[in-house]
Amino acid sequence: MLGKTAGGLFWMFRYLERAENTARMIDAGLRISLTRSSAADSEWTAILSSTGLAQAYKDSHGAANGPAVIDFLLRDPNNPGSIMAGIEAARVNARVVRTALTREVWEAVNECYMVLKRLLAQPVEDRDLPRVLQIIRQRSAFVRGALHGSMVRNDMYNFGRIGTFFERADNTARILDQKYYILLPSVRLVGSASDNVQWDTILRATSTTRAYQTLHEGETDPMAIARFLILDGRLPRSLAFCYRKIGENLGYLAEEYNTRHESHALSDALCNQFKTQDMNAIFDYGLHEFISDFLHDSAALGRQIEIDYRFSE
Amino acid sequence: MPKMPKYFDEMTGHSGTPRAPYGDYCKWFAGENNARLLEKSEEAEALFRLIGVTFNVYGDPDATERLIPFDLVPRIIAAREWAVLERGIEQRVRALNAFLHDIYHRQEIVRAGRVPAEMIARNEAFLPQMIGVSPPGDIYTHIVGTDLVRTGDDEFFVLEDNARTPSGVSYMLENRETMLHMFPELFSKVKVRSVSQYPRSLRRSLSACAPDACNGRPTLAVLTPGIHNSAYYEHAFLADQMSAELVEGHDLRVVDGRVAMRTTQGYKAIDVLYRRVDDEYLDPMNFNPDSMLGVPGIMDAYRAGGITIANAPGTGIADDKAIYSYMPDIVEFYTGEKAILKNVPTHRCSEDDALKYVLDNLADLVVKEVHGSGGYGMLVGPAASKKEIEAFRAKLKANPGNYIAQPTLALSTVPILTDAGLAPRHVDLRPYVLMSPDKVEITPGGLTRVALTEGSLVVNSSQGGGTKDTWVLEE
Repeated sequence: MLGKTAGGLFWMFRYLERAENTARMIDAGLRISLTRSSAADSEWTAILSSTGLAQAYKDSHGAANGPAVIDFLLRDPNNPGSIMAGIEAARVNARVVRTALTREVWEAVNECYMVLKRLLAQPVEDRDLPRVLQIIRQRSAFVRGALHGSMVRNDMYNFGRIGTFFERADNTARILDQKYYILLPSVRLVGSASDNVQWDTILRATSTTRAYQTLHEGETDPMAIARFLILDGRLPRSLAFCYRKIGENLGYLAEEYNTRHESHALSDALCNQFKTQDMNAIFDYGLHEFISDFLHDSAALGRQIEIDYRFSE
Repeated sequence: MPKMPKYFDEMTGHSGTPRAPYGDYCKWFAGENNARLLEKSEEAEALFRLIGVTFNVYGDPDATERLIPFDLVPRIIAAREWAVLERGIEQRVRALNAFLHDIYHRQEIVRAGRVPAEMIARNEAFLPQMIGVSPPGDIYTHIVGTDLVRTGDDEFFVLEDNARTPSGVSYMLENRETMLHMFPELFSKVKVRSVSQYPRSLRRSLSACAPDACNGRPTLAVLTPGIHNSAYYEHAFLADQMSAELVEGHDLRVVDGRVAMRTTQGYKAIDVLYRRVDDEYLDPMNFNPDSMLGVPGIMDAYRAGGITIANAPGTGIADDKAIYSYMPDIVEFYTGEKAILKNVPTHRCSEDDALKYVLDNLADLVVKEVHGSGGYGMLVGPAASKKEIEAFRAKLKANPGNYIAQPTLALSTVPILTDAGLAPRHVDLRPYVLMSPDKVEITPGGLTRVALTEGSLVVNSSQGGGTKDTWVLEE
């Protein structure tokens, strides 16, 4: 398998995951602006920060306001981080790695692109927004379904999966990085109405509200939310889950190629901290510091995977 | 049924009633209604879009990915007609391959005075780097697309021998898949020879040309200029269908005399490279130094027997339009037989008498650039305005050696489906030929290209042409 193809698969699934995550965040922001319009603008700013696009937005649009942020995140042709740009980038990568994909996966990506190109040709009206966001999530799910149902479990599949979980963990970590202060144990004692909304937003931005409620019997507790998103191995968007999957997929590659690389050591170290640390230890160390370390270490892992598997020259 | 054409119509001949090969199809067609077929037509288009069978048009930033229009009325060839074409094509392709070997070695054909020395020596497509090089198995033209046109019941002409990197074979295959998908019942009524074996045959044929350096099962790769190339879909399709890697120049480097691709586990040698990159871009060390598409040093590895390149570098000289005019001699010289397929009479504008004749008769002739392709830069006299003809006259006078001229052929028509029912349109045919040391294999059928505009003779997809499924009937 070509190194370029491995890189193409990794990025194709990163871009798809990112577009899906951005859609979730818009959904969460929309919810806040519907229920608590006074807090909305700062919420949109936080969302822009989690996507890493705050500066780009500020440079082109100035102050954050709902409709402008939504259009910017959805489809602004000048925003390379928009959902539309992400889907286009995923499709370009899919074309590059076309020979590594089944026809089902290719068609799902291509159709996702064709549908969104049409839906996002013009600014989306407020009343259409929930439906458009739903279609984005659904189209992304179709690609995932085609992947699971039609691809052989070999190195091609593994690189695609690593891309997915890498991006997903990154996304969850960035949301936590933006909101860590409302999850600190000290906040628990205050527990104002505003905090409740913030907690709700975190869950909504990761599409985990329902899962959290089920597992925690309706009790909203910031420490439990932090534990849920960082350490709970049952939640497919938690850092622990994503890194277990990255570790497994790297493990399959080591088996198939009969070679372990530097990236295996880095991944093991990341996985281990989720196994050995509990929430109290993380809070003692500092939640913010923990997340920062994680983002730093995972970026290093990403670079190392690229080198070990020769994505580029 | 179409109105009476002045050209030979392959469905109805000159008579207006179905010719024998179309008998069963026309019976089926009579029971269909036009609206349903037009719906099917839209269905086919949606399918092509989904699969991504698109091409890029150079110089058109607004439509980077376009569909080649597909017409769902098949072009049908009788077994008897095909048998003649098949023999004629094989003879011609063998002669081309022998010609290439000869001009890069002893040039017997020049010594014999059958082709003038300057036609070779001064030809841009002649690669001095190939002199004395014998490719593995002595095969130069692994893949050929022979463009044919028809003017009557038994009148076929070869229009061009595409011996560099003929494209379009993916359309032949996808067109058939689409027809099978949309009209399964039709294929149970009419016995059509299969084309789907082509990718397997291509793999087998290329593998049979592996270099001596190859150990065990040959590793194949398709070299593409990348996703922005107009034929990228086809490159990916063929690589996928033959389980070969699809590589670009930056995936490759020469390692220990072998051309190797960068895999997730290090560099791995390639035995046979099916390149869809022109000679000039193949090797920045040996040809165009600015090329980003090629592999530095690949020609040196090639000359040393480290890799097979298909088609061989330097084959372009054989499909040059000036050399084309010598094809009847070339066939006879190497096969000892008369050419089975006719050449279109060709005036070489490099010759004074011919140039005078061409300038006097521009309005009746088709004038083409010697190295042109894709229907760019040509003049179709009868379809051109006075102004266009005068503009072309100036270009021709400035550089006569760059042009050849041919009479305007009365190309046959096959009906296409329109809102108002069937309507005749001009077609050509490109069968695909695979050559290996042990055999020449021609896929029954090929790509039928059709000029969608009424009266137009230009079938190239870059000029708005469409395609049809091509049926060769079983005996």
